[in-house]
Amino acid sequence: MAVPKEVLVDPLLNDNPIALQVLGICSALAVTVKMSTTVVMCLAVIFVTTLSNVAVSVVRNRVPTNIRIIVQMTIIASLVIVVDQVLQAYAYDISKSLSVFVGLIITNCIVMGRAEAFAMHNGRYLSALDGFGNALGYSIILIAVALIREPLGSGTLFGFELLKPVTEGGWYYTNGMMILAPSAFFIIGLFIWALRAWKTEQVEEADYQIASNTQYREAM
Amino acid sequence: MEQYLGLFIRAVFVENMALTFFLGMCTFIAISKKISTAFGLGVAVVVVLAITVPVNNLIYNYLLREGALAWAGYPDVDLSFVGLLSYIGVIAAMVQILEMFLDRFVPVLYNALGVFLPLITVNCAILGASLFMVERDYTFAESMVFGLGAGVGWALAITALAGVREKLKYSDVPEGLRGLGITFISVGLISLCFMSFGGIDI
Repeated sequence: MAVPKEVLVDPLLNDNPIALQVLGICSALAVTVKMSTTVVMCLAVIFVTTLSNVAVSVVRNRVPTNIRIIVQMTIIASLVIVVDQVLQAYAYDISKSLSVFVGLIITNCIVMGRAEAFAMHNGRYLSALDGFGNALGYSIILIAVALIREPLGSGTLFGFELLKPVTEGGWYYTNGMMILAPSAFFIIGLFIWALRAWKTEQVEEADYQIASNTQYREAM
Repeated sequence: MEQYLGLFIRAVFVENMALTFFLGMCTFIAISKKISTAFGLGVAVVVVLAITVPVNNLIYNYLLREGALAWAGYPDVDLSFVGLLSYIGVIAAMVQILEMFLDRFVPVLYNALGVFLPLITVNCAILGASLFMVERDYTFAESMVFGLGAGVGWALAITALAGVREKLKYSDVPEGLRGLGITFISVGLISLCFMSFGGIDI
């Protein structure tokens, strides 16, 4: 039986949805150029994952297995519509800059994956904790990436000036690559490296073992 | 005609679904270990995108958008808020129909695609393309070209990555980077290459 604390804390670093489970990378990376959009995106994902896990767990014994995917999709899509409408009403600018990525929370594998893997087999409280923990693990990575990209890319953080760029008479040459897509891949790759250097049990098995170099004596 | 060609080129290279918008990343990284499977999945994505984007375009223009129901006598109704739900419904239904159709009439392709077909429902690239179509207000013809182009671009990207990864497994990668880490970095490099198409303007 799962222990509540483990269910909540494990996804943060030990079993991180992005770094280990390879879930939810899809809609995540494009929003990390600016810190403000990242935070809003994280809040939206936390909201949707937690509530969808609860809802799926509540109906899990009443839904026939062969239509469960459709039911999960409907639940998730309805929650995302709520988020989308709230954002459009109260934070229109941010909703514009997130553009299609709010809608894409529907197909964010974290939401589907946790509903299918955890909420279908566990009670509602544990499911809520699991959804919250996984969304938090996702948020940690997203915020870490945004924390690197926004200051280096445009010299700001949350829109406040941190490093004064040359274009405004300052000293900092903004790094254009940080605004573009590839930088997010590099940062996540390096982040995974750092995480696995620390928690060595996450290192993957090599497909091929490279033979050691032939020593001079053996060759003779 | 030229305008459609430009749109196609842009959808394949400049605005590549996987490499500039990060769409369909989960499947992109999970199913790119072998070229043959990656190519199969790519073909499936092309087919599904080429069908669902135009269908969603029709649904948006004739049922959901503000004033779209004028033909039924309801000119004031704006149903665009149920868009998300209808698009994902259409995608799920289309994938299901396609699966049954292939099973009945083209069993060779059906067997080749196997488990990838149902997986495509939750591929963000499919829903993403429909949402881009709505946001950019494409016409029906444009949406057909865009759907096809987006699919071809995605298929090209996943096949390229699979080619890189097939070679990569013989290389001596630092322990922590092995597997997922080095994959991310190679995707970043491929994405950097695709960026150089950015200057093309047709």
